[in-house]
This record gives sequence, C-alpha cells and structure tokens, in this order.
Amino acid sequence: MNTAVMPREHYLNVNYGITSWLLTTDHKRIALLYLASITLLFFVGGAAAVLMRLELLTPQGDLVQSETYNQLFTMHGVIMIFFFLIPSIPAVLGNFLVPLMLGARDLAFPRLNLLSWYIFILGALFTLTAVVTGGVDTGWTFYTPYSSTYANTHVILTALGIFITGFSSILTGLNFIVTIHTMRAPGLTWFRLPLFIWGLYATSLIMVLGTPVLAIAIVLVALERAFRIGIFDPALGGDPVLFQHLFWFYSHPAVYIMILPAMGVISELITCFARKRIFGYNFIAFSSVAIAVLGFFVWGHHMFVSSQSVYASMVFSFMSMLVAIPSAIKVFNWTATLYKGSIAYETPMLYVFGFLGLFTIGGLTGLFLATLAVDVHVHDTYFVIAHFHYIMVGGAIMGYLGGLHFWWPKITGRMYPEGWGKLAALVIFVGFNLTFFPQFVLGYLGMPRRYHFYPAEFQVLHVMSSAGASILGVGYIIPLVYFIWSLRYGAVAGPNPWGAKGLEWQTSAPPPTDNFTQTPTVTEEAYAYGSQEVHVG
Amino acid sequence: MVRRRSTLAERPAALAHHFDDMAQQYEASHLGMWVFLLTEIMFFGGLFTGYAVYRSTYAVAFAEGSHHLDIVLGSINTAVLISSSLTMALSVHAAQVGRRQLLVGFLLLTMLLGLVFLGIKTVEYVHKFEQHLVPGGAFRYEGPYARQVQIFMAFYFSMTGLHALHMIIGIGVLTVLVWLAWRDRFSPTYFAPIEVAGLYWHFVDIVWIFLFPLLYLIGRH
Repeated sequence: MNTAVMPREHYLNVNYGITSWLLTTDHKRIALLYLASITLLFFVGGAAAVLMRLELLTPQGDLVQSETYNQLFTMHGVIMIFFFLIPSIPAVLGNFLVPLMLGARDLAFPRLNLLSWYIFILGALFTLTAVVTGGVDTGWTFYTPYSSTYANTHVILTALGIFITGFSSILTGLNFIVTIHTMRAPGLTWFRLPLFIWGLYATSLIMVLGTPVLAIAIVLVALERAFRIGIFDPALGGDPVLFQHLFWFYSHPAVYIMILPAMGVISELITCFARKRIFGYNFIAFSSVAIAVLGFFVWGHHMFVSSQSVYASMVFSFMSMLVAIPSAIKVFNWTATLYKGSIAYETPMLYVFGFLGLFTIGGLTGLFLATLAVDVHVHDTYFVIAHFHYIMVGGAIMGYLGGLHFWWPKITGRMYPEGWGKLAALVIFVGFNLTFFPQFVLGYLGMPRRYHFYPAEFQVLHVMSSAGASILGVGYIIPLVYFIWSLRYGAVAGPNPWGAKGLEWQTSAPPPTDNFTQTPTVTEEAYAYGSQEVHVG
Repeated sequence: MVRRRSTLAERPAALAHHFDDMAQQYEASHLGMWVFLLTEIMFFGGLFTGYAVYRSTYAVAFAEGSHHLDIVLGSINTAVLISSSLTMALSVHAAQVGRRQLLVGFLLLTMLLGLVFLGIKTVEYVHKFEQHLVPGGAFRYEGPYARQVQIFMAFYFSMTGLHALHMIIGIGVLTVLVWLAWRDRFSPTYFAPIEVAGLYWHFVDIVWIFLFPLLYLIGRH
C-alpha cells in the first residue's frame, strides 16, 4: 500500500562530511544542528530535575546538601529555559519551516543563521563549564543582591553564557522578521500565511525587543560582581529591585517566546487532523501579536511582594488579566475548529489535545497568580511551579513534540512508528499530570519553592510528584529512541503523508537544498481543507 | 506583490543565491539593519532606564558627578562625531553615483574621525583613572555623596563604554567596506552595504547625542 520512494537527491545527501554540516548555510541543516544540540541540553537539564525529584522523595534533606540542591534547580532552570525552551520551536521547527512555508529558498540571512547556532553553542559551553566546575546557586532568576554580592559560585560564567546565547536568539528573530517581510512567494499575502508563521513573527518581535534588556541586566550584574560599582547593592546606594524590573521586562515576555510558537504549531496540526479550515483565522493571527505586545506590560506581576507600589501592582494585575483574552480567543477558536471536523487521532493530534487541556489549566491558574491577594498567599510556592510547568511543559513542549512528529516525515523523509508514538504521547500526558498536579495542592498548602526538605505531612504529594516525574522521563526517552530508529527503519513517508495543506508539503520529503524545484505560486487561503478531500493513511 | 523571477543567466554577481532580484535583496538588507537597530535601542534602553531611575533618586549627586566630566573634550567629541556622520552620508552618496575614489576617501575620513573620537575618549578615561573616579576598589571621593557619585560614574563608564564598543565595531565594519570599495565591488546598482553601514553609524552617533547632555550637561544651564 505504501508506494512512496525517497527522492534521489535531497538536502541530507547532497554532500557528506563534518564540514558540510559545520559550515552549512542551509536553513534545514542548521535546524538539525539545533535539534541535536537542544536535545542533548534537554536531557542535561532533565537530569537535574531527576536528582531534585529523587531528593524530594523524603522530607529530610538526605540525598544532596542544600547547596547542591540550589545548584540543581538553578541548572535545571537555566538550561531548560535559555538553552531548550527558547530555542526549541523557533530554532528547530522555525528554522526548518519558515522558508518552506513561505516558498523561499532560504532565510534572508543564511550566514547569520549559521552564526546564531555557533553563538548558541558558545553560550552553552560557557554555562556547561560553569556547571561542571562547581555550578551556580542563584536560581535562574539571578536576583540581586544575592547574585551580585553574596553568591560564591560561578555567577559571571553562567551569566556570560546566557548573555551570549541571547544574541543567538536576537539573530534568529531578526532573520525571521526580515524573511517573513521580504521573501514570501507570489500570491502569499499576509492573511494567507500559515498561523505558525504569525506565531513566529510575534515571537521574533519579543526576541528582538526583549532579549537586549536581559543582556544589559546581566552585564550590570557581572560588573557589580567584578568591580562593586554599587548599582544593585543597597550598601552602596544601589537598588536591588531595579534588577528585578530589568530581568522580568525580558523574562516575562520570554514565557511568550516559549508558548507562542507552540500555539502556532497547534493551529497547523488542528486544521490538518480535523480536516477543516481554521475557525477565526484573523483572530488567531492577531491574538498572537496581542500576546506579544501585552507581554511587555505585565512584568510587575512577578514583583507584587517586592516593594513595588500598590498602584503599580494594580495596573500590572489588570494588564496580566488582559493576557487571558487573546489566549482564550485562541483556545475557543481551536475548539470551534474541531466542531464537525473529521478528526483523525494520529500522534500529533494527541499532543494537540494534551496541549489544549494543559494549557487551559496553566492559563487559568495564571489568573489566580495575577490576582493581588491570592498571589500574596501562593507567591514563591509550588503553586507557581505547577502553573508555569503547565504552560512551559504542558504547553510549549507538547506543541514542540506534536510539531516534531507532524513534520518528522518532511524533515527526514521517514515515518516514526505510529503505535509507539501514541503510547509515548499517552505516557507523557499521564506522567506530566501526576508530576505537576500535586504541586498545585502542595503550593496551596504552603510548600515553598527551592527547599530540599519539607514537613512530613507533604510527603504523599511529593512522592506522587516524583513518581510522575519518572513516568514523564520514560515518556521523553521513548520518542528519542524511535526517532533515531526511524532514521533508518522508518517507512518512507512520501512528500505529504498527512494530506496536509501548506507549501512545505508541496515539495519532496526530504526537500532539495533549494527547497523547491520551481517557485510555488499561492492561489488559495491557508488551510483550504475541504476544497479537495484528502484522507489520511 | 508580483516579483519577476530572474533566470540564472541574467543574475548579477552581487545577488545572493536565495534572493530573486536585487530589489528584494536590497529590501532585506535594509529591513535587517532597521530591526537590528531596534534591538540596539532596547540594549541601550536598559542602561538609560537605570540612569533615569538613579538620576531621579540622586539628582544632586548626579549633578555633582557630572561636574567632574571634561565638558571641553566632550564637546569636541560631539563635533567630531557629527562630522563623521556627515562624511558617512557623503560616502553613501559617492557610492550611489559610483565615484569609487571619493567613496574610499570619505570612508577613510569617517574612520579617521571615529578614531579621533576614541582617542579623545581614551584621554578622558585616563584622567578619570588618575583622579580615582573609576568605580570599584580604587574609587576615592570626598564628600557626603561619595556612593551616589560612584553610581553616576558607573553609568558614565558603562554607557560611554558600550557606546565606544559600538564605535570600534563600526570602524571594523568600515575597514571591510574600504577594502571592498577599493576592489571596486560597489556600483550604482549595488551599494546596499554602504547604506546599511551608514544606518548603523548614524545610530551610534545619535546615541552619543543623547549621552552627551545626559552625562556632561547636568546642572549646567
């Protein structure tokens, strides 16, 4: 039944050898360089999480000392956020797909694209060196004056790693913005663009506008540590809270860097597997931009208890609530897209359902935290941890994995094993909820974050969470194994195994180095499903 | 927008493989630089925010600190930098009309002015160093506002230092352009790199236009 054959020449076999990869300017190969690097870093960051959950099995701090525990959660946060989540969908799927979806031969600045990968690797090396040579214990937030004055760990080295990596993210965002503006195929107007592109466009805006502020905040911390210039040191007349402002000015929008691309992926997947046009295209497109813009005006909700004026807190609380509107618009439109759709429950679609449920929980608990009085009660507790893991893991990683499965046949030309795929999706969903739902309860009951011991009455919930984490870990290893397996043994996919719309499916799989043998011309709206029935399988 | 797809035979040498025509390439390089300058605005913006916070908190100390800066050297540097923007604009014009020698000359002049700026800046830094006004362990200052003046000096050094770093990068870029211009790589149909570098140079100039009054001219009405 499967008669698909691999194309004779494609971007993977056009030339061989290590330099053909390390010096490539092909956006598809750079995407794979990113895929390999962030997968490695994901498992490093995951290892830190494993040790933390092992420690938290018992109320006593018996497995690791508190200093080690501090270094573990710092390493977990730094690596997962700056070296996995932020580059994940943009640098891997975005790099691969943006030119393909636009009908272009490459990104606007191919050499800059390669440079951004090298910058990323350099930043990662700095950070990993800091981890190996003794770690850093400030938390991923680097709050002053602890980070600038008191911490005796490798703050400068880690901060430098994050500073450097920031430029990789800026260059990627810049490349996407310019490419989307100037390199769309004939007929591909803004409102015919795939919503994944809209999501990445909004993401790129944040990367370009937010990242430099974090960079400068980090430079100031390093200067403060190195020269004691006094900017963040109250003993020298400085204001440590200024750091929090600068830090969250980037780091709250950074959450949207992680979630907006995932939302873009969901829009692609849900239309394909419901065989329907997306419901409310314009609303979904503009809600991405709205989230990106609003995201710059909500940073103060991290500082409700940090001596911020109560009036500022009220404004920030209100602005944070507003973010719920574009987020809900998306969820409602996706749900409406499913209505009377002809739904196929393939693996990517399972991740979509996972995303919808988990993102909704994560989003709604975000409203609890945006509420001033409630936040005072649950601030810096496991409630916050659970909330942002529902967004970042339940949302962003679900979207990333869904997208990776969906476009895997395009990237490699081969299918992953569907049965294993479904199993892994299920294991991840169960493991995730078992890990993080108890943490909502823990936080509500008063368990503070960043402690490696706790009162005995919390043990049951902590054991549930640790058990869930081990299931989750298995769930992440299964795809790693079968993706690698499929490179050799997977069924040949053919150019469009899902019968999906979109320019990326019109070229062969894997695509040729120049993406298209003939520049495509776009004559229809995005997601023109139903205009011509295609069936999966 | 309907673009004409040029065939391989008629592609100009300066056209990169992934662009369809020179117009598209020109548009992309310009937009790229503008987006980069947005990033730069936010980059300096973080420092300007910190400056604004502490200047409003320690207004008197900032005025006092400002009086320790050399207003004559600062003014000369402002004039030098504005002149360099003029020569940069003239080199863009020379590129547009295809005057190679004029282009090389104006680029070299721009570089020279940039180097003069950096030289004067170095002299100022050395003075501050000798007066123990560099923040850190060697900082010495008599008076009730010693700590706050140190914060002012910290902003002075980080803001002008970041600016000087941008000047150094700009001079590096100009060096490459001089080399390319010398080898006649530019023509009236291909001069985008000169224009784009010009945008960057003017941006760095404008940053100084803000830095000069904010740092040198506090309380000197």
